[in-house]
This record gives sequence, structure tokens and C-alpha cells, in this order.
Amino acid sequence: MNVLEFSGLVGLGSLLAGFLGALTGLGGGVVVVPMLTLLFHVDIRYAIGASLVSVIATSSGAAAAYVREGYSNIRIGMFLETATTVGAVVGAAIALHVSGSAIAIVFGLVLLYSAYLSSRHREEHGPHLQSSPLARKLRLNGSYPTPDGMQPYNVTGVPAGYTLMFGAGVLSGLLGIGSGAVKVLAMDQAMKIPFKVSTTTSNFMIGVTAAASAGLYLNRGYIGPGIAMPVMLGVLAGSLLGAKVLVKAKVKALRYLFAAVIVALGFEMIFNGVTGRL
Amino acid sequence: MSDETLTVEKSGAWNDLRIEIIIGTLLRTGVLIAAAVVLLGGVLYLVRHGHEMPQYATFRGEPESLKSPRDIAHGVLGMSARAIIQLGLLLLIATPVARVAFSAIAFAIERDYMYVVVTLMVLAILTYSLFAS
Repeated sequence: MNVLEFSGLVGLGSLLAGFLGALTGLGGGVVVVPMLTLLFHVDIRYAIGASLVSVIATSSGAAAAYVREGYSNIRIGMFLETATTVGAVVGAAIALHVSGSAIAIVFGLVLLYSAYLSSRHREEHGPHLQSSPLARKLRLNGSYPTPDGMQPYNVTGVPAGYTLMFGAGVLSGLLGIGSGAVKVLAMDQAMKIPFKVSTTTSNFMIGVTAAASAGLYLNRGYIGPGIAMPVMLGVLAGSLLGAKVLVKAKVKALRYLFAAVIVALGFEMIFNGVTGRL
Repeated sequence: MSDETLTVEKSGAWNDLRIEIIIGTLLRTGVLIAAAVVLLGGVLYLVRHGHEMPQYATFRGEPESLKSPRDIAHGVLGMSARAIIQLGLLLLIATPVARVAFSAIAFAIERDYMYVVVTLMVLAILTYSLFAS
């Protein structure tokens, strides 16, 4: 396989990953690293660098569409980004010092957890929730559009959410993923922010978090142009395509299928990590 | 201008939204420009190196010339295909950084100084990661 064939196949795989990721809402980034390492036998550090870049592309590319709906809360996003960016720098620093096998095992566990989260039923929080004094001080409370007009919401659990966000940042820097699942968990479960506000604000934060670790990866020579090029272009094109189709498609069956793929990849990553093949 | 738009403009939440829409559009433009640069470098790269064998199975790290923003700029002037791809990736990394910088300005216009400080903290961390070595 020469460079031309390699780039073409990686680009095609990335296109599919971005497309399915956007369609199912699970994000294409999580399958890019397993695809590159398991299928194309790329060293996991190169794979993570390329994946980080594609995460920034999809997050920033989708931002305009998300913001227009009026759900995202920039104060919540910016405040929590102080935690995710520091976490991302720490995660990238850890990645530079641990073995590829250890990274593969953590990656596999995160894949399994993401699949588990996506299968769970979500309930919207009541509007009557009390705001914590800290959330009031930080002006995190807001309102979002619903069919019955603007609906105000209160935020609570700030320290727990902040800590979880730091963890999301570490995982993002260590594994080259957006860790959208952990970010939504922090906002939705810990801080009781409405689900739609959580998901759109999380999408916004993912790009900034990934940029914090991508800079370090670039500085250390972990971002190879020959591999990042087809991955970035493929995932971006796939996710833009997926967002267009999203409105018409029935995604429930596809979501289960993609979750099953993620579970399989998770076990494969753990197996390869434990046996030292990655 | 109708009364309705006036009330919308007076409300803080809607002001946030308008600013964010502008920023969101800027982000999208930044990503498309970055993708165009990566594509250009990619075509050059495939034309020049398409027949070679890829070597990503073992990690070697990229050469010095493809790491720092300054060296990448130098390579681009020499029409190096890899450096042009790296420039596109650098532009891509810069788009969320630009968003944070614009948000700082937006908070300053709204006189929300607490959030100007929060935003500048995020900007400082991003700058550190891009230029630390």
C-alpha cells in the first residue's frame, strides 16, 4: 500500500466515521483512533494527533448551526473551559509519558462507557430547581427557547461539574477525543442544566478543549501532516454530510448499530492494550 | 426598525445570541479556509509522495521543521507540501482560539468584567499550549 492508496482509504474511513458520528450524535472522533490503530496499524500517538484535529474541525464547523438555535450558554461554556483546557494540557502531558498500551486500555474503557451512556434514557429536569449561590454569583443561570416560549433554568452542583469537566479535559488531551459524553454528564447530571443547553454548549467547548491539547501535540511533533490530512478532510466532509441528512433519516436503528460498533472497538482496544500489541 | 427588534436588542440574552451567531459564522469560515489549505497541501503532497510507502506503524515524531508555527511558515515559503498541510492544521487550531478572543471583546462590550477575566484565562492557557516547547 503506497501513500496514495493509504490516504484514500483513511480518507474514506474518516468520511464514514464523521457521517455516522453526526447522524447518531455520538461523534466521529471516538472511532477514528481505533480505526487508524486496529485497521491501518498506525502508532496510537499519530492516531490521537490526527483525531484531535478532526475533533476541532467538526466542533467549529457545526458551531454556527448550533448557536443559531439559541440553546448554548456562553458563560457556562467559558467558565467550564478554564477547567477543560487545563485538563487537556495535563492529559496531553500524560500522553507524552505513558506507553501506547496504557492509552489503548483507557481508550477502550471510555468507548464502552460512551456506548453505555448513549443507551440510557434521559429525563428533562424540572424548571422549579433551586439555584446554588455560587451559580448565581457566576451568573450561570439562563433561559432557552421551548415551544411555550423562553424557559428560565437554574444551575447547581458547580464544584462537582467543574471537577468532572477537568476530567473530561484530561481524557480529551490523553485520547484525542472530544469527550462530549463526559461533558454532557457533568452539565446534565451534576449541574442540572437542561439537556439541549448541555449538548449544544458541550459542542462549543469541545473545539476549545481540543485546541488546548492540539497545540502541545503539534509542538511535540505528534501531528503528522500525511495522516492528519485525510483524517481531517474526511471527518469534516462526513460530518457536514451527516448533519444535512440528519433531519430526514430515521436514526434509531443506526444509533444502536453504531453503539454496537463502539462496544466491539472498545473490547478490541482493551485486548490489544493488555496484550501489548498497541 | 420595528418595536419588536428594539426590545430584542435591549435584552441581554439576545445580545449574547447575536454576538454568538457572528462568532459561529466566523468559526465556520475559519474551518473552511483551513480545510482548503489542507486540501491544497494534500494534493501537492500526493502528487510528490503518492508512490512512496507510508511509515506510521512506528512512532518517530515529526521533524523540527513541522513543529513550531515559525518553522512551518518558513516551510510554506519554500512550497513544502507537508508544511502547507501543517499551516492548514495550525489555522484550524487557531479558530477556537479566535473564538475565545472574540468572546473576551464581546464580554468587555457588555461590561461583564468578571467574564472578561475568565475568558482571558482560557486564552492564556491556549496560547501557552501553542507556543510552549
